[in-house]
Amino acid sequence: MSARPEIVAKPRGAQRALRLVLPVIVFAAGLAAWELVVRLKEIPPYVLPAPSIIILTLIKDWQVLSQSLATTLLTTLEGFLAASIGGIALALLFNQSKWVEYSLFPYAIVLQVTPVIAIAPLLLIYLEQQTAVVVCAFIVAFFPVLSNTTLGLNSVDRNLAGLFQLYGASKPQTLRFLKLPAALPYILGGLRIAGGLSLIGAVVAEIAAGTAGAGSGLAYRIAESGYRLNIPRMFAALLLLSLAGIVIYGVLALVSHLVLRRWHESALGKEN
Amino acid sequence: MVERNTSSAVEASLTALAVSLRGVTKTYDNGVMALGPFDLAVRKGEFISLLGPSGCGKSTVLRLIAQLSAPSSGIVRVARHEGELQPGHGIGFVFQEPTLMPWASVRENVRLPLKLGGVAKAEGRARADAVLARVGLADFADAFPRELSGGMKMRVSLARALVTDPDILLMDEPFAALDEITRFRLNNDLLALWRALGKTVIFVTHSVFESVYLSQRVVVMTARPGRIQADIRIETVEPRGEEFRTSTAYGDYCRKVSGALAPSYSGQPLL
Repeated sequence: MSARPEIVAKPRGAQRALRLVLPVIVFAAGLAAWELVVRLKEIPPYVLPAPSIIILTLIKDWQVLSQSLATTLLTTLEGFLAASIGGIALALLFNQSKWVEYSLFPYAIVLQVTPVIAIAPLLLIYLEQQTAVVVCAFIVAFFPVLSNTTLGLNSVDRNLAGLFQLYGASKPQTLRFLKLPAALPYILGGLRIAGGLSLIGAVVAEIAAGTAGAGSGLAYRIAESGYRLNIPRMFAALLLLSLAGIVIYGVLALVSHLVLRRWHESALGKEN
Repeated sequence: MVERNTSSAVEASLTALAVSLRGVTKTYDNGVMALGPFDLAVRKGEFISLLGPSGCGKSTVLRLIAQLSAPSSGIVRVARHEGELQPGHGIGFVFQEPTLMPWASVRENVRLPLKLGGVAKAEGRARADAVLARVGLADFADAFPRELSGGMKMRVSLARALVTDPDILLMDEPFAALDEITRFRLNNDLLALWRALGKTVIFVTHSVFESVYLSQRVVVMTARPGRIQADIRIETVEPRGEEFRTSTAYGDYCRKVSGALAPSYSGQPLL
Protein backbone atom coordinates (compact mmCIF):
# COMPACT_ATOMS: atom_id res chain seq x y z
CA MET A 1 0.00 0.00 0.00
CA SER A 2 2.70 2.45 0.99
CA ALA A 3 4.39 2.08 -2.37
CA ARG A 4 1.29 3.02 -4.31
CA PRO A 5 1.44 6.78 -3.95
CA GLU A 6 4.94 6.75 -5.42
CA ILE A 7 3.81 4.70 -8.36
CA VAL A 8 1.03 7.15 -8.92
CA ALA A 9 3.27 10.14 -8.32
CA LYS A 10 5.93 9.17 -10.81
CA PRO A 11 3.83 9.15 -13.96
CA ARG A 12 2.27 12.36 -12.74
CA GLY A 13 5.64 14.08 -12.45
CA ALA A 14 6.66 12.61 -15.78
CA GLN A 15 3.45 13.81 -17.35
CA ARG A 16 4.07 17.29 -16.04
CA ALA A 17 7.57 17.30 -17.50
CA LEU A 18 6.16 16.04 -20.79
CA ARG A 19 3.69 18.90 -20.88
CA LEU A 20 6.56 21.32 -20.61
CA VAL A 21 9.04 19.52 -22.84
CA LEU A 22 6.77 18.52 -25.71
CA PRO A 23 5.79 22.02 -26.88
CA VAL A 24 9.44 23.04 -26.69
CA ILE A 25 10.45 20.06 -28.83
CA VAL A 26 7.72 20.85 -31.35
CA PHE A 27 8.85 24.46 -31.43
CA ALA A 28 12.49 23.52 -31.93
CA ALA A 29 11.61 20.97 -34.60
CA GLY A 30 9.49 23.53 -36.42
CA LEU A 31 12.30 26.08 -36.35
CA ALA A 32 14.81 23.51 -37.53
CA ALA A 33 12.57 22.43 -40.42
CA TRP A 34 11.98 26.06 -41.33
CA GLU A 35 15.73 26.81 -41.30
CA LEU A 36 16.47 23.66 -43.28
CA VAL A 37 13.86 24.30 -45.98
CA VAL A 38 14.99 27.90 -46.44
CA ARG A 39 18.65 26.86 -46.74
CA LEU A 40 18.14 23.81 -48.96
CA LYS A 41 15.73 25.54 -51.32
CA GLU A 42 17.80 28.73 -51.14
CA ILE A 43 14.70 30.83 -50.58
CA PRO A 44 15.71 34.51 -50.57
CA PRO A 45 15.11 36.42 -47.28
CA TYR A 46 12.64 38.82 -48.92
CA VAL A 47 10.37 35.85 -49.61
CA LEU A 48 10.91 33.90 -46.41
CA PRO A 49 13.73 34.67 -43.97
CA ALA A 50 15.24 31.82 -41.96
CA PRO A 51 14.80 31.94 -38.16
CA SER A 52 18.50 32.70 -37.74
CA ILE A 53 18.17 35.79 -39.94
CA ILE A 54 15.12 36.94 -37.97
CA ILE A 55 17.08 36.71 -34.72
CA LEU A 56 20.02 38.56 -36.30
CA THR A 57 17.66 41.27 -37.54
CA LEU A 58 16.14 41.51 -34.10
CA ILE A 59 19.59 42.17 -32.64
CA LYS A 60 20.72 44.45 -35.45
CA ASP A 61 17.53 46.58 -35.44
CA TRP A 62 17.09 46.42 -31.67
CA GLN A 63 17.31 50.16 -31.24
CA VAL A 64 14.46 50.88 -33.65
CA LEU A 65 12.40 47.86 -32.61
CA SER A 66 12.76 48.37 -28.87
CA GLN A 67 11.54 51.95 -29.22
CA SER A 68 8.56 50.73 -31.21
CA LEU A 69 7.93 48.03 -28.64
CA ALA A 70 7.92 50.64 -25.87
CA THR A 71 5.45 52.77 -27.84
CA THR A 72 3.09 49.86 -28.46
CA LEU A 73 3.31 48.67 -24.87
CA LEU A 74 2.55 52.15 -23.57
CA THR A 75 -0.50 52.39 -25.85
CA THR A 76 -1.61 48.93 -24.72
CA LEU A 77 -1.17 49.83 -21.08
CA GLU A 78 -3.14 53.07 -21.46
CA GLY A 79 -5.91 51.30 -23.35
CA PHE A 80 -5.95 48.51 -20.79
CA LEU A 81 -6.16 50.90 -17.84
CA ALA A 82 -8.92 52.88 -19.53
CA ALA A 83 -10.81 49.67 -20.33
CA SER A 84 -10.40 48.31 -16.79
CA ILE A 85 -11.48 51.48 -15.05
CA GLY A 86 -14.22 52.23 -17.59
CA GLY A 87 -15.53 48.67 -17.69
CA ILE A 88 -15.64 48.24 -13.91
CA ALA A 89 -17.10 51.71 -13.34
CA LEU A 90 -19.81 51.17 -15.95
CA ALA A 91 -20.66 47.75 -14.50
CA LEU A 92 -20.97 49.30 -11.03
CA LEU A 93 -23.23 51.97 -12.46
CA PHE A 94 -25.36 49.32 -14.18
CA ASN A 95 -25.55 47.40 -10.94
CA GLN A 96 -26.78 50.41 -8.99
CA SER A 97 -29.50 51.30 -11.45
CA LYS A 98 -31.47 49.03 -13.76
CA TRP A 99 -32.56 52.12 -15.71
CA VAL A 100 -29.00 52.99 -16.62
CA GLU A 101 -28.28 49.36 -17.50
CA TYR A 102 -31.29 49.01 -19.80
CA SER A 103 -30.54 52.39 -21.43
CA LEU A 104 -26.85 51.88 -22.12
CA PHE A 105 -26.12 48.15 -22.37
CA PRO A 106 -27.25 47.81 -26.02
CA TYR A 107 -24.76 50.51 -27.01
CA ALA A 108 -21.97 48.72 -25.21
CA ILE A 109 -22.81 45.69 -27.35
CA VAL A 110 -22.94 47.76 -30.53
CA LEU A 111 -19.50 49.15 -29.72
CA GLN A 112 -18.25 45.61 -29.13
CA VAL A 113 -19.60 44.02 -32.31
CA THR A 114 -18.53 46.80 -34.69
CA PRO A 115 -15.07 45.80 -35.98
CA VAL A 116 -12.53 48.21 -34.55
CA ILE A 117 -10.54 48.20 -37.79
CA ALA A 118 -13.53 49.96 -39.36
CA ILE A 119 -13.81 52.53 -36.59
CA ALA A 120 -10.11 53.33 -36.40
CA PRO A 121 -9.89 55.52 -39.54
CA LEU A 122 -12.82 57.60 -38.30
CA LEU A 123 -11.27 58.04 -34.88
CA LEU A 124 -8.03 59.12 -36.56
CA ILE A 125 -9.90 61.89 -38.30
CA TYR A 126 -11.53 63.25 -35.18
CA LEU A 127 -8.88 62.61 -32.55
CA GLU A 128 -5.22 63.29 -32.15
CA GLN A 129 -3.32 60.23 -33.28
CA GLN A 130 -2.03 59.00 -29.92
CA THR A 131 -5.47 59.50 -28.35
CA ALA A 132 -7.17 57.69 -31.22
CA VAL A 133 -4.89 54.69 -30.82
CA VAL A 134 -5.59 54.47 -27.09
CA VAL A 135 -9.32 54.83 -27.70
CA CYS A 136 -9.16 51.90 -30.14
CA ALA A 137 -7.43 49.74 -27.55
CA PHE A 138 -10.07 50.82 -25.04
CA ILE A 139 -13.01 49.98 -27.32
CA VAL A 140 -11.73 46.48 -28.00
CA ALA A 141 -10.81 45.69 -24.42
CA PHE A 142 -13.52 47.23 -22.29
CA PHE A 143 -16.42 44.94 -23.14
CA PRO A 144 -15.07 41.76 -21.52
CA VAL A 145 -14.36 43.75 -18.36
CA LEU A 146 -17.86 45.22 -18.41
CA SER A 147 -19.69 41.96 -19.05
CA ASN A 148 -17.58 39.92 -16.64
CA THR A 149 -17.91 42.48 -13.86
CA THR A 150 -21.65 42.67 -14.44
CA LEU A 151 -21.87 38.89 -14.26
CA GLY A 152 -19.79 38.87 -11.07
CA LEU A 153 -21.85 41.56 -9.36
CA ASN A 154 -25.00 39.60 -10.17
CA SER A 155 -23.56 36.31 -8.91
CA VAL A 156 -23.62 37.20 -5.24
CA ASP A 157 -24.78 34.37 -2.98
CA ARG A 158 -28.46 35.00 -2.22
CA ASN A 159 -28.17 34.01 1.41
CA LEU A 160 -25.15 36.26 1.94
CA ALA A 161 -27.10 39.11 0.41
CA GLY A 162 -29.93 38.29 2.83
CA LEU A 163 -27.45 38.34 5.71
CA PHE A 164 -26.24 41.81 4.73
CA GLN A 165 -29.85 42.93 4.52
CA LEU A 166 -30.59 41.44 7.94
CA TYR A 167 -27.77 43.39 9.53
CA GLY A 168 -28.90 46.60 7.88
CA ALA A 169 -25.88 47.02 5.59
CA SER A 170 -25.89 50.26 3.61
CA LYS A 171 -25.48 50.22 -0.18
CA PRO A 172 -21.82 51.24 -0.08
CA GLN A 173 -21.14 48.60 2.59
CA THR A 174 -22.83 45.90 0.54
CA LEU A 175 -20.83 46.96 -2.48
CA ARG A 176 -17.50 47.06 -0.69
CA PHE A 177 -17.75 44.05 1.58
CA LEU A 178 -19.96 41.75 -0.49
CA LYS A 179 -20.41 42.54 -4.16
CA LEU A 180 -16.87 43.56 -5.09
CA PRO A 181 -15.14 40.64 -3.34
CA ALA A 182 -17.69 38.22 -4.81
CA ALA A 183 -17.14 39.69 -8.27
CA LEU A 184 -13.36 39.74 -7.98
CA PRO A 185 -12.70 36.38 -9.71
CA TYR A 186 -14.93 37.44 -12.59
CA ILE A 187 -13.31 40.87 -12.82
CA LEU A 188 -9.86 39.30 -12.92
CA GLY A 189 -11.01 36.93 -15.65
CA GLY A 190 -12.26 39.92 -17.63
CA LEU A 191 -8.98 41.75 -17.13
CA ARG A 192 -7.04 38.74 -18.39
CA ILE A 193 -8.99 38.82 -21.65
CA ALA A 194 -8.77 42.62 -21.81
CA GLY A 195 -4.96 42.53 -21.58
CA GLY A 196 -4.60 40.57 -24.80
CA LEU A 197 -7.38 42.50 -26.52
CA SER A 198 -5.92 45.92 -25.74
CA LEU A 199 -2.73 44.81 -27.48
CA ILE A 200 -4.81 43.81 -30.49
CA GLY A 201 -6.67 47.13 -30.38
CA ALA A 202 -3.40 49.06 -30.22
CA VAL A 203 -1.97 47.12 -33.17
CA VAL A 204 -5.08 47.58 -35.29
CA ALA A 205 -5.11 51.32 -34.62
CA GLU A 206 -1.40 51.62 -35.32
CA ILE A 207 -1.80 49.93 -38.66
CA ALA A 208 -4.70 52.23 -39.52
CA ALA A 209 -2.65 55.21 -38.37
CA GLY A 210 0.40 53.95 -40.22
CA THR A 211 -1.39 54.13 -43.53
CA ALA A 212 -2.42 57.66 -42.58
CA GLY A 213 1.19 58.74 -42.18
CA ALA A 214 2.94 59.12 -38.82
CA GLY A 215 3.50 56.48 -36.13
CA SER A 216 6.25 54.49 -34.56
CA GLY A 217 4.70 51.44 -32.85
CA LEU A 218 5.52 47.83 -33.68
CA ALA A 219 2.53 47.45 -35.95
CA TYR A 220 3.60 50.55 -37.82
CA ARG A 221 7.07 48.96 -38.19
CA ILE A 222 5.47 45.87 -39.67
CA ALA A 223 3.48 47.89 -42.17
CA GLU A 224 6.49 50.06 -43.02
CA SER A 225 8.80 47.06 -43.43
CA GLY A 226 6.19 45.48 -45.65
CA TYR A 227 6.29 48.45 -48.03
CA ARG A 228 10.06 48.29 -48.06
CA LEU A 229 10.09 44.51 -48.53
CA ASN A 230 12.17 44.23 -45.36
CA ILE A 231 10.61 40.88 -44.57
CA PRO A 232 13.09 39.82 -41.83
CA ARG A 233 12.22 42.96 -39.87
CA MET A 234 8.51 42.22 -40.31
CA PHE A 235 9.07 38.84 -38.73
CA ALA A 236 11.22 40.30 -35.96
CA ALA A 237 8.51 42.85 -35.08
CA LEU A 238 5.87 40.13 -35.20
CA LEU A 239 7.96 38.02 -32.84
CA LEU A 240 8.16 40.92 -30.39
CA LEU A 241 4.39 41.45 -30.56
CA SER A 242 3.82 37.78 -29.88
CA LEU A 243 6.17 37.83 -26.90
CA ALA A 244 4.53 40.99 -25.58
CA GLY A 245 1.12 39.27 -25.74
CA ILE A 246 2.43 36.23 -23.89
CA VAL A 247 4.04 38.36 -21.19
CA ILE A 248 0.87 40.44 -20.72
CA TYR A 249 -1.21 37.31 -20.35
CA GLY A 250 1.30 35.74 -17.99
CA VAL A 251 1.50 38.80 -15.76
CA LEU A 252 -2.30 39.09 -15.51
CA ALA A 253 -2.69 35.36 -14.85
CA LEU A 254 -0.07 35.63 -12.11
CA VAL A 255 -1.79 38.63 -10.52
CA SER A 256 -5.10 36.78 -10.64
CA HIS A 257 -3.52 33.71 -9.04
CA LEU A 258 -1.85 35.71 -6.28
CA VAL A 259 -5.02 37.62 -5.43
CA LEU A 260 -7.27 34.55 -5.37
CA ARG A 261 -4.93 31.86 -4.12
CA ARG A 262 -6.17 31.87 -0.55
CA TRP A 263 -9.81 31.25 -1.30
CA HIS A 264 -10.96 30.77 -4.88
CA GLU A 265 -11.35 27.36 -6.48
CA SER A 266 -9.73 28.45 -9.74
CA ALA A 267 -6.50 29.26 -7.92
CA LEU A 268 -6.65 26.28 -5.57
CA GLY A 269 -6.81 23.71 -8.34
CA LYS A 270 -3.24 24.43 -9.34
CA GLU A 271 -1.85 23.92 -5.88
CA ASN A 272 -3.59 20.72 -4.88
CA MET B 1 -57.03 25.65 17.70
CA VAL B 2 -59.09 27.19 20.47
CA GLU B 3 -57.15 25.42 23.15
CA ARG B 4 -53.86 26.48 21.69
CA ASN B 5 -54.91 30.10 21.52
CA THR B 6 -55.98 30.24 25.13
CA SER B 7 -52.81 28.56 26.28
CA SER B 8 -50.67 31.01 24.37
CA ALA B 9 -52.74 33.85 25.85
CA VAL B 10 -51.94 32.52 29.32
CA GLU B 11 -48.27 32.30 28.39
CA ALA B 12 -48.34 35.85 27.10
CA SER B 13 -49.66 37.08 30.40
CA LEU B 14 -47.02 35.16 32.31
CA THR B 15 -43.94 36.12 30.36
CA ALA B 16 -43.19 38.57 27.62
CA LEU B 17 -43.34 37.34 24.05
CA ALA B 18 -40.24 37.38 21.91
CA VAL B 19 -42.08 36.83 18.66
CA SER B 20 -45.72 36.82 17.72
CA LEU B 21 -47.34 36.22 14.36
CA ARG B 22 -51.06 36.77 13.93
CA GLY B 23 -53.05 35.81 10.86
CA VAL B 24 -49.93 35.93 8.74
CA THR B 25 -50.10 34.84 5.11
CA LYS B 26 -47.51 34.95 2.39
CA THR B 27 -48.29 34.74 -1.29
CA TYR B 28 -45.38 34.87 -3.71
CA ASP B 29 -45.31 36.92 -6.88
CA ASN B 30 -45.98 33.81 -8.96
CA GLY B 31 -49.28 33.35 -7.11
CA VAL B 32 -48.17 30.45 -4.93
CA MET B 33 -49.61 30.74 -1.46
CA ALA B 34 -46.79 29.58 0.77
CA LEU B 35 -48.16 30.27 4.19
CA GLY B 36 -51.14 30.73 6.29
CA PRO B 37 -53.08 32.00 7.84
CA PHE B 38 -50.46 31.32 10.50
CA ASP B 39 -50.46 32.17 14.21
CA LEU B 40 -47.48 31.68 16.47
CA ALA B 41 -46.44 33.04 19.84
CA VAL B 42 -42.95 32.40 21.18
CA ARG B 43 -42.01 33.28 24.74
CA LYS B 44 -38.69 34.86 25.58
CA GLY B 45 -36.06 32.22 26.17
CA GLU B 46 -38.10 29.45 24.60
CA PHE B 47 -36.66 26.83 22.24
CA ILE B 48 -39.21 25.87 19.62
CA SER B 49 -38.96 23.82 16.46
CA LEU B 50 -40.96 24.26 13.30
CA LEU B 51 -41.41 20.88 11.68
CA GLY B 52 -43.08 20.08 8.41
CA PRO B 53 -42.77 18.68 4.91
CA SER B 54 -40.55 20.41 2.33
CA GLY B 55 -42.08 23.55 0.91
CA CYS B 56 -44.53 24.02 3.77
CA GLY B 57 -43.32 27.53 4.45
CA LYS B 58 -41.08 26.87 7.46
CA SER B 59 -38.29 28.96 6.03
CA THR B 60 -40.80 31.60 5.01
CA VAL B 61 -41.80 31.99 8.67
CA LEU B 62 -38.17 32.62 9.61
CA ARG B 63 -37.67 35.09 6.79
CA LEU B 64 -40.79 36.95 7.91
CA ILE B 65 -39.59 37.11 11.51
CA ALA B 66 -36.17 38.32 10.34
CA GLN B 67 -37.93 40.92 8.19
CA LEU B 68 -36.13 39.60 5.14
CA SER B 69 -39.54 39.52 3.49
CA ALA B 70 -42.86 41.15 4.25
CA PRO B 71 -46.12 39.27 4.95
CA SER B 72 -48.92 39.54 2.40
CA SER B 73 -51.31 40.01 5.31
CA GLY B 74 -51.28 39.73 9.08
CA ILE B 75 -48.96 41.07 11.76
CA VAL B 76 -45.42 40.03 12.65
CA ARG B 77 -44.16 41.36 15.98
CA VAL B 78 -40.62 40.97 17.25
CA ALA B 79 -39.52 42.20 20.68
CA ARG B 80 -36.93 44.95 20.46
CA HIS B 81 -33.40 44.33 21.55
CA GLU B 82 -31.95 46.60 24.21
CA GLY B 83 -29.29 48.90 22.81
CA GLU B 84 -29.83 47.73 19.26
CA LEU B 85 -27.09 49.03 16.99
CA GLN B 86 -29.15 48.68 13.85
CA PRO B 87 -32.44 47.03 13.00
CA GLY B 88 -31.84 43.31 12.94
CA HIS B 89 -29.22 43.17 15.65
CA GLY B 90 -31.75 41.61 17.96
CA ILE B 91 -31.90 38.64 15.62
CA GLY B 92 -29.26 36.10 14.68
CA PHE B 93 -29.89 34.02 11.57
CA VAL B 94 -28.28 30.71 10.76
CA PHE B 95 -28.95 29.57 7.22
CA GLN B 96 -29.23 26.07 5.83
CA GLU B 97 -25.83 26.55 4.23
CA PRO B 98 -22.98 27.99 6.29
CA THR B 99 -23.17 31.09 4.02
CA LEU B 100 -19.65 32.27 4.78
CA MET B 101 -17.69 34.75 2.72
CA PRO B 102 -15.02 32.55 1.11
CA TRP B 103 -12.64 35.49 0.71
CA ALA B 104 -12.52 36.34 4.40
CA SER B 105 -10.96 34.56 7.37
CA VAL B 106 -13.13 32.92 10.00
CA ARG B 107 -12.60 35.87 12.35
CA GLU B 108 -13.61 38.39 9.69
CA ASN B 109 -16.67 36.33 8.83
CA VAL B 110 -17.77 36.33 12.45
CA ARG B 111 -16.98 40.03 12.85
CA LEU B 112 -19.12 40.98 9.84
CA PRO B 113 -22.35 41.91 11.68
CA LEU B 114 -20.35 44.14 14.02
CA LYS B 115 -18.44 45.69 11.14
CA LEU B 116 -21.72 46.50 9.39
CA GLY B 117 -23.01 47.94 12.66
CA GLY B 118 -20.03 50.28 12.94
CA VAL B 119 -18.30 48.61 15.89
CA ALA B 120 -14.60 49.52 16.07
CA LYS B 121 -12.23 46.97 14.55
CA ALA B 122 -10.35 46.08 17.74
CA GLU B 123 -13.52 45.60 19.75
CA GLY B 124 -15.14 43.65 16.94
CA ARG B 125 -12.16 41.31 16.72
CA ALA B 126 -12.14 40.75 20.46
CA ARG B 127 -15.85 39.92 20.46
CA ALA B 128 -15.46 37.65 17.43
CA ASP B 129 -12.64 35.78 19.17
CA ALA B 130 -14.70 35.43 22.34
CA VAL B 131 -17.68 33.95 20.53
CA LEU B 132 -15.42 31.69 18.46
CA ALA B 133 -14.02 30.33 21.71
CA ARG B 134 -17.59 29.66 22.82
CA VAL B 135 -18.29 27.46 19.79
CA GLY B 136 -14.93 25.72 20.17
CA LEU B 137 -13.13 27.29 17.23
CA ALA B 138 -10.66 29.56 19.01
CA ASP B 139 -7.75 28.00 17.11
CA PHE B 140 -9.29 28.53 13.70
CA ALA B 141 -9.83 32.30 13.74
CA ASP B 142 -7.27 32.86 11.00
CA ALA B 143 -8.32 29.92 8.82
CA PHE B 144 -10.33 30.37 5.66
CA PRO B 145 -13.76 28.75 5.29
CA ARG B 146 -12.53 26.28 2.65
CA GLU B 147 -10.08 24.84 5.16
CA LEU B 148 -12.87 23.82 7.54
CA SER B 149 -15.12 20.76 7.64
CA GLY B 150 -18.88 21.07 7.16
CA GLY B 151 -19.54 20.95 10.91
CA MET B 152 -16.91 23.58 11.64
CA LYS B 153 -18.32 25.89 8.97
CA MET B 154 -21.71 25.57 10.63
CA ARG B 155 -20.12 26.49 13.97
CA VAL B 156 -18.65 29.61 12.37
CA SER B 157 -22.09 30.45 11.04
CA LEU B 158 -23.52 30.00 14.54
CA ALA B 159 -20.75 32.16 16.02
CA ARG B 160 -21.56 34.89 13.53
CA ALA B 161 -25.23 34.75 14.50
CA LEU B 162 -24.29 35.04 18.18
CA VAL B 163 -21.71 37.81 17.88
CA THR B 164 -24.23 40.65 18.15
CA ASP B 165 -25.61 38.98 21.31
CA PRO B 166 -29.13 38.76 19.84
CA ASP B 167 -32.19 37.87 21.87
CA ILE B 168 -33.58 35.65 19.15
CA LEU B 169 -31.77 33.00 17.17
CA LEU B 170 -33.42 31.85 13.95
CA MET B 171 -32.06 28.61 12.54
CA ASP B 172 -33.14 27.35 9.13
CA GLU B 173 -32.36 23.61 8.93
CA PRO B 174 -28.80 24.40 9.95
CA PHE B 175 -27.60 20.81 10.39
CA ALA B 176 -29.54 19.18 7.54
CA ALA B 177 -26.50 18.70 5.34
CA LEU B 178 -24.27 17.24 8.04
CA ASP B 179 -23.58 13.61 8.88
CA GLU B 180 -25.40 12.16 11.87
CA ILE B 181 -22.45 12.07 14.28
CA THR B 182 -21.59 15.71 13.61
CA ARG B 183 -25.24 16.61 13.88
CA PHE B 184 -25.62 14.95 17.30
CA ARG B 185 -22.57 16.80 18.58
CA LEU B 186 -23.84 20.11 17.28
CA ASN B 187 -27.27 19.39 18.77
CA ASN B 188 -25.68 18.94 22.20
CA ASP B 189 -23.52 22.02 21.78
CA LEU B 190 -26.52 24.06 20.71
CA LEU B 191 -28.48 22.95 23.76
CA ALA B 192 -25.54 23.85 26.00
CA LEU B 193 -25.32 27.27 24.37
CA TRP B 194 -29.03 27.81 24.74
CA ARG B 195 -28.88 26.91 28.44
CA ALA B 196 -25.88 29.18 28.99
CA LEU B 197 -27.09 32.18 27.00
CA GLY B 198 -30.86 32.00 27.45
CA LYS B 199 -31.68 33.01 23.87
CA THR B 200 -35.03 32.48 22.23
CA VAL B 201 -34.44 29.87 19.52
CA ILE B 202 -36.72 29.16 16.58
CA PHE B 203 -35.36 26.11 14.85
CA VAL B 204 -36.63 24.88 11.50
CA THR B 205 -36.05 21.23 10.70
CA HIS B 206 -37.57 18.33 8.82
CA SER B 207 -36.22 15.80 11.27
CA VAL B 208 -38.71 14.54 13.86
CA PHE B 209 -35.90 13.21 16.05
CA GLU B 210 -33.96 16.44 16.01
CA SER B 211 -37.02 18.55 16.83
CA VAL B 212 -38.02 16.39 19.78
CA TYR B 213 -34.49 16.22 21.12
CA LEU B 214 -33.86 19.94 21.01
CA SER B 215 -37.02 21.83 21.69
CA GLN B 216 -39.44 22.64 24.43
CA ARG B 217 -42.20 22.94 21.86
CA VAL B 218 -42.55 21.30 18.46
CA VAL B 219 -44.86 23.13 16.09
CA VAL B 220 -45.91 20.75 13.32
CA MET B 221 -46.95 22.42 10.08
CA THR B 222 -49.19 21.24 7.26
CA ALA B 223 -48.22 21.05 3.62
CA ARG B 224 -48.50 24.22 1.53
CA PRO B 225 -50.00 26.60 2.41
CA GLY B 226 -48.36 26.09 5.80
CA ARG B 227 -50.59 26.18 8.84
CA ILE B 228 -50.22 24.76 12.31
CA GLN B 229 -51.19 21.11 12.49
CA ALA B 230 -50.15 20.51 16.10
CA ASP B 231 -48.29 22.24 18.88
CA ILE B 232 -46.64 19.64 21.07
CA ARG B 233 -44.85 20.44 24.31
CA ILE B 234 -41.83 18.27 25.06
CA GLU B 235 -41.41 17.92 28.81
CA THR B 236 -38.50 16.07 30.28
CA VAL B 237 -35.79 16.35 32.88
CA GLU B 238 -33.41 19.18 32.05
CA PRO B 239 -30.65 19.41 31.13
CA ARG B 240 -31.16 16.97 28.28
CA GLY B 241 -28.38 14.72 27.16
CA GLU B 242 -27.68 11.41 25.52
CA GLU B 243 -29.80 9.56 28.13
CA PHE B 244 -32.88 11.49 26.88
CA ARG B 245 -32.12 10.48 23.31
CA THR B 246 -32.29 6.81 24.30
CA SER B 247 -35.22 7.06 26.73
CA THR B 248 -38.73 5.68 26.15
CA ALA B 249 -40.20 9.14 26.73
CA TYR B 250 -38.16 10.35 23.75
CA GLY B 251 -39.49 7.49 21.65
CA ASP B 252 -43.06 8.28 22.70
CA TYR B 253 -42.69 11.94 21.80
CA CYS B 254 -41.18 11.04 18.43
CA ARG B 255 -44.13 8.76 17.75
CA LYS B 256 -46.56 11.49 18.72
CA VAL B 257 -44.86 14.10 16.55
CA SER B 258 -44.61 11.69 13.62
CA GLY B 259 -48.31 10.99 14.01
CA ALA B 260 -49.08 14.69 13.85
CA LEU B 261 -46.88 15.03 10.80
CA ALA B 262 -48.44 12.09 8.92
CA PRO B 263 -51.56 13.91 7.59
CA SER B 264 -49.29 16.37 5.81
CA TYR B 265 -47.91 13.56 3.74
CA SER B 266 -51.16 11.73 3.07
CA GLY B 267 -52.28 12.03 -0.50
CA GLN B 268 -48.79 12.92 -1.59
CA PRO B 269 -46.93 10.43 -3.77
CA LEU B 270 -44.06 8.94 -1.80
CA LEU B 271 -41.41 9.55 -4.42
